[in-house]
Amino acid sequence: MTRETITVALAGNPNSGKTTVFNHITGTRQHVGNWPGVTVEKKEGVIQHNGHRLRVVDLPGTYSLTAYSVEEIVARRFLVDEKPDVVVDIVDASNLERNLYLATQLIELGVKLILALNMADMAEARGHHIDADKLGALLGVPVVFTVGTRNQGIKDLLNKVVEVAEDRDTVSRHIHIAYGRELEREIKKVQDVIWQDPSIGRRYSTRWLAVKLLENDGAIKDWVRALEEIGSRILAQAETSRARLADIYRDDTEMVLTDQRYGFISGALKEVLRVSAESKFDLSRQVDLILTNRLMGIPIFIFFIWAMFQLTFTLGAYPVGWIDAGVGWIGGLAAKVLPAGLFRDLVVDGVIAGVGSIIIFLPNILLLFFCIALFEDTGYLARAAFIMDRVMHLIGLHGKSFIPLLMGFGCNAPAIMAARTLESERDRILTILINPLMSCSARLPVYILLAGTFFGASAGNVVFSIYGLGIALAIAMGKLFRVTLFRGESAPFVMELPPYRVPTLKSLLIHMWDRSAVFLRKMGGVILIGSMVVWFLGAFPRPTLPPSAGIPGRIQTGQLSADSPEAFAKGQRSGGEGEASEGQKLRLEQSYLGRLGHLVQPVFAPLGFDWQTSVAVLSGFVAKEIVVSTLGVLYAGGTNVTEENEALRRALRASGMTSLAAYALMAFVLTYVPCLATVGAIRRETNSWKWTAFSIGYSLTLAWVVAFVIYQGGRLLRLG
Amino acid sequence: MRRFMEKDSLLELHGSTQEDAMIPLSQFREGERGVIVQVQGAGAFRKRLQEMGFIKGTEVFVEKYAPLRDPVELVVKGYHVSLRVEEAARVLMEKREQEAV
Repeated sequence: MTRETITVALAGNPNSGKTTVFNHITGTRQHVGNWPGVTVEKKEGVIQHNGHRLRVVDLPGTYSLTAYSVEEIVARRFLVDEKPDVVVDIVDASNLERNLYLATQLIELGVKLILALNMADMAEARGHHIDADKLGALLGVPVVFTVGTRNQGIKDLLNKVVEVAEDRDTVSRHIHIAYGRELEREIKKVQDVIWQDPSIGRRYSTRWLAVKLLENDGAIKDWVRALEEIGSRILAQAETSRARLADIYRDDTEMVLTDQRYGFISGALKEVLRVSAESKFDLSRQVDLILTNRLMGIPIFIFFIWAMFQLTFTLGAYPVGWIDAGVGWIGGLAAKVLPAGLFRDLVVDGVIAGVGSIIIFLPNILLLFFCIALFEDTGYLARAAFIMDRVMHLIGLHGKSFIPLLMGFGCNAPAIMAARTLESERDRILTILINPLMSCSARLPVYILLAGTFFGASAGNVVFSIYGLGIALAIAMGKLFRVTLFRGESAPFVMELPPYRVPTLKSLLIHMWDRSAVFLRKMGGVILIGSMVVWFLGAFPRPTLPPSAGIPGRIQTGQLSADSPEAFAKGQRSGGEGEASEGQKLRLEQSYLGRLGHLVQPVFAPLGFDWQTSVAVLSGFVAKEIVVSTLGVLYAGGTNVTEENEALRRALRASGMTSLAAYALMAFVLTYVPCLATVGAIRRETNSWKWTAFSIGYSLTLAWVVAFVIYQGGRLLRLG
Repeated sequence: MRRFMEKDSLLELHGSTQEDAMIPLSQFREGERGVIVQVQGAGAFRKRLQEMGFIKGTEVFVEKYAPLRDPVELVVKGYHVSLRVEEAARVLMEKREQEAV
């Protein structure tokens, strides 16, 4: 007999250990994607259990189903519209009261529910003894104990899922949360009107609809309004009832309902929860007193961030070097094996260099996500936000924005992905938009070249001022976007500070891998196509001059390892100094890229850029390191020049570029699109081409304006 | 919504003693505890707080302020939660006598 797939939705509060339970159920057979239209991560997996096919969907962690946040809307829409066969509510057993609030809403929805009392061991340790049978009987919901971190009770849970799906469970019955006489009377009145159209009742629980209407729920009201004639009568009744209830309770009905639900919960808990003398020593609290201590909290936080940076970028530089060498070797091999010609150039300069430019980020990304998973799973991330919120709130951001912004100084692509830890979509998109203004390490070589050439002894201060400019622009843009694009009251900072926990390695690794794999898959395409386009523009039309090796549009893998300036310089030198070649310069000038440079030069002229600089800026769209090598070809006639190359410095000084124009160029490089990988990350994380285009557009505009103000303003002040 | 503004005047009827007892949560010091009397503010804010357990009559313990004095960490219904000080100012409290933690 073939069985149909049982769809199981996992619901639960954030920090209830839901993800750990999900990981144990599905193991590695999980698929990570996005919920349609939003940036909320959707995870699901299909498993076999005792001959049944279970499709397990992990809903976003929510405290409620009110539909105020994107997560709640997504979770509710799935429950209401896709009607999963069974819903499992993962409940933190040591924090029953608040966790059961979601359960009351699920009960009201009329779904087939199972309560998984997770972290049952911690509850016991805290002296909380729960009478599960009684709780189940009171709620009309089967209750299972689980310990997600130790994979206990997962089998029982899955057995129960099958039982409930097949209506074989004896505990399950539909109960009503009793709201008291006045509320019940009004609920009944609204329900009576709804019943006039029997088709509604077949789709939704009428009681749930009535309660939602009394709560003045926007999404439900819209849906009812669309029902036309009957809809307007339902709404009219709901309005009358709300007004009446407001008179009685002297408060908004939604508040009264929330109150009543908590009342129901505390009534139930009196019967099922026995708290024996709570142990006086709370380890998590003691740890927290140190980690968020008034004096020590900030230094400790800085130390953790420093350690994360070191791990990601310094330790990461070794595997980056190996991959770099590996890609270089493969490129070299391909160059030898393939016959010279267009195809070889495409493979070596386009495909291999393009793919190389992605996987070179992999060690950094894996390490960074490991650190973030560690922060998240231990509970420290919430403390980091707690400590930094004061500072971030000044810019209109959330405490949790701090880590993604800081990571931007290393590399913007993974930093943008780190913005996932922000729950509010608004905060997340805002953080993503200003992230590229954190000057990543790949831009440093450009600054070193220009500052070293034009500012001599004060080069260090000049570079520092560019970093400062980036931060200032981020603050200004953050404020600007907050009052234009993201208007309205920011979400309240009601953030749970979960107890510190020792994470499991398995869940850390799954966490890390999920995100890294997404990075590789989704961004790979963008970068590959982008670098092939730039290769094409630099290589065509084919020159009539004798061909020479390499063009600056070519992505030298050595240049992309610029996660630290040292690694960058090394990679560059290992490429060897190319001999100066006038042919290359001519060839590039005649290519589409060169022509494009000439074409757009008038746009850049007010910024003090000549056509060579314009080409360099264009090629820098792929990656900022390429700006240096392009300038090298166009001014000094060599492909493998470093930012410290004296010939290039002399050539730059001789080119007529002023120190003011150089500073404007640095500001421009700071501000415009950091690299294709970042564009890929923005596209992936906002899940929207619109935001991606906006990010590119605003950063180009801002870059132009900033460079213009610097160059023209400086000229007015006779600085140039 | 307007209608509930009357609440303040209602409270006045009960005499000044009760009004004196209502203190914004933001004025509580570390280690102090009290009981929620009322959560003020716009619908979404109040609703969110209520859902997180900030219900009238619920005891709140002020665990600590962040190193920069904002936000504040509270213990409500047995779990730890943080609120910005400006938000805590909208939670009106009645102070409880100090007890051993």
